[in-house]
Amino acid sequence: MNDIYIITTASLVASSCALLGCFLILRKMAMVGDAISHAVLPGIVIAFLISGSRDSITMLIGAGLIGILTTFLIEFFHKKAKLQTDASIGVTFTWLFAVGVVLISLFAGKVDLDQDCVLYGEIAYVPIDILIINNESFGPRALYIMSAILFAIILFIYIGYKELFLTTFDPAYASAIGISTSLWHYLLMSAVSLTTVASFESVGAILVVALLIAPAATAYLLTDNFKLMLVIACLAGIAASVTGYYVAVWLDSSIAGSIAMMAGVIFTFTLIFSPSHGLISKRLKATIG
Amino acid sequence: MEKEISITPALEIHDLTVAFDRKPVLWNIDLKLPQGKLVGIIGPNGAGKSTLIKAVMGLLPLSSGFAKLFDQDLNDIRTRVSYVPQRESVDWDFPASVLDVVLMGRYGKLGLFNRPRKADRDAAMDCLKQVGMEQYAHRQISQLSGGQQQRTFLARALAQQADIYFMDEPFAGVDAATEKAIIELLRNMTQANKTVIVVHHDLQSVPQYFDWVILLNTRLIACGPTASTFTQSNLQETYGGKLTLLSDVGDLIKRESFPNREGSAKQAL
Repeated sequence: MNDIYIITTASLVASSCALLGCFLILRKMAMVGDAISHAVLPGIVIAFLISGSRDSITMLIGAGLIGILTTFLIEFFHKKAKLQTDASIGVTFTWLFAVGVVLISLFAGKVDLDQDCVLYGEIAYVPIDILIINNESFGPRALYIMSAILFAIILFIYIGYKELFLTTFDPAYASAIGISTSLWHYLLMSAVSLTTVASFESVGAILVVALLIAPAATAYLLTDNFKLMLVIACLAGIAASVTGYYVAVWLDSSIAGSIAMMAGVIFTFTLIFSPSHGLISKRLKATIG
Repeated sequence: MEKEISITPALEIHDLTVAFDRKPVLWNIDLKLPQGKLVGIIGPNGAGKSTLIKAVMGLLPLSSGFAKLFDQDLNDIRTRVSYVPQRESVDWDFPASVLDVVLMGRYGKLGLFNRPRKADRDAAMDCLKQVGMEQYAHRQISQLSGGQQQRTFLARALAQQADIYFMDEPFAGVDAATEKAIIELLRNMTQANKTVIVVHHDLQSVPQYFDWVILLNTRLIACGPTASTFTQSNLQETYGGKLTLLSDVGDLIKRESFPNREGSAKQAL
């Protein structure tokens, strides 16, 4: 039963991340996910210090707010200070992450948190953290949180599909016909913050970053249809979760690490063998053409 | 000139100034455009041609002044305004088909929550037919040539069924046949009383293409019917120092002969 819990949780995280990742890579903002996942650390610590509890909702709010602040700061440095996007991402998240580290060490006695847990997470503990209501056990808590997040993201993309699609492809035209690009930018970034924060509690920030980018990049190499890209990205993420888990069991190694590694393996495999964009098919086309 | 604008002007710009980092790109522009005209915006590189249309559409903050469309505020008539951005402004490797892009023209009218219906799809196909691209509807956009990309953008603007169209260099990187097809289409649109405003680079084709011209070089040099406005003295004022080649252009205009489009005058500009 434990393997099922772990694999399901990982797949839920992978699907949420993959869906958002498709938008991120097409907006050339893949590294924003990386930035958010690190920058939310002070938000978690502050939320913990204020509320004194480590329950997920408080953390989600604290981290979510900092996540949005992060994207705001990145935009601000880029637009107002005319800094390059990559530079403004680099400045923003390292700084916020450092603030989080300082806060943790300052309040080390009071805070039951550490950087390792935030960065690496431990998906193997998912089955231990059980949701209990009235002495009745309902299975792992992470399962419920991640299902809710995935549902929210699917709903968000379903409702805002047109707007997200257009503001990603051609923001100038979107503004010209009255669709607010910054509104959809911040909505998408809020969704990324929320997913990142909810996910890394169970699986760790590094796995979240890997799952935000690798499955979406894999799907990008396989299709020219955006809706199909969303579906393929989810499947690639789920495939990485399942294979990664068994690789971890086989090698007796870190589950999150193995899943991230498998996401990379699947991407590399696609890069070489993809029928449309793969290295082999391109070489073949070049020789024939 | 006043007589021609007796009805509501399609576009009225008053005292418009746009500045980037306190450096004015457009300075104190005042103009009125009548409805149903094909209007060219002419000026040297960096004259603020694209900035002018972006400012009017609210894509850039204005330092002062205002623009009114059909005597109304832009936000009240967004659905009647369409835009064809520069072709290079988007990533053509985006996973989308030609039809996907043209359907975007319908998004403004659909609003949130509604998805494109069959009627929208039919309208989009119809617009693709008008630009001669119907057989490419399901083609991935990265497989299009420059001219086909431009026509896809044009079809998207048509699908919006707007009353005023702003086009940023629709002839850039387009072959002669496509350019001819596009100008024909624009003429048909103006005959249906649509106003089309085009940022244009090639001086030689101006008298042939446009009913009205806006001559721009940070300030407004002149705005009016091509016949009376596109004169050598106005051109000299617009293009400033680069005069030797302009006298060539002036000669061309006088003779009303437009030989080789890729002539020396264009290259030097």
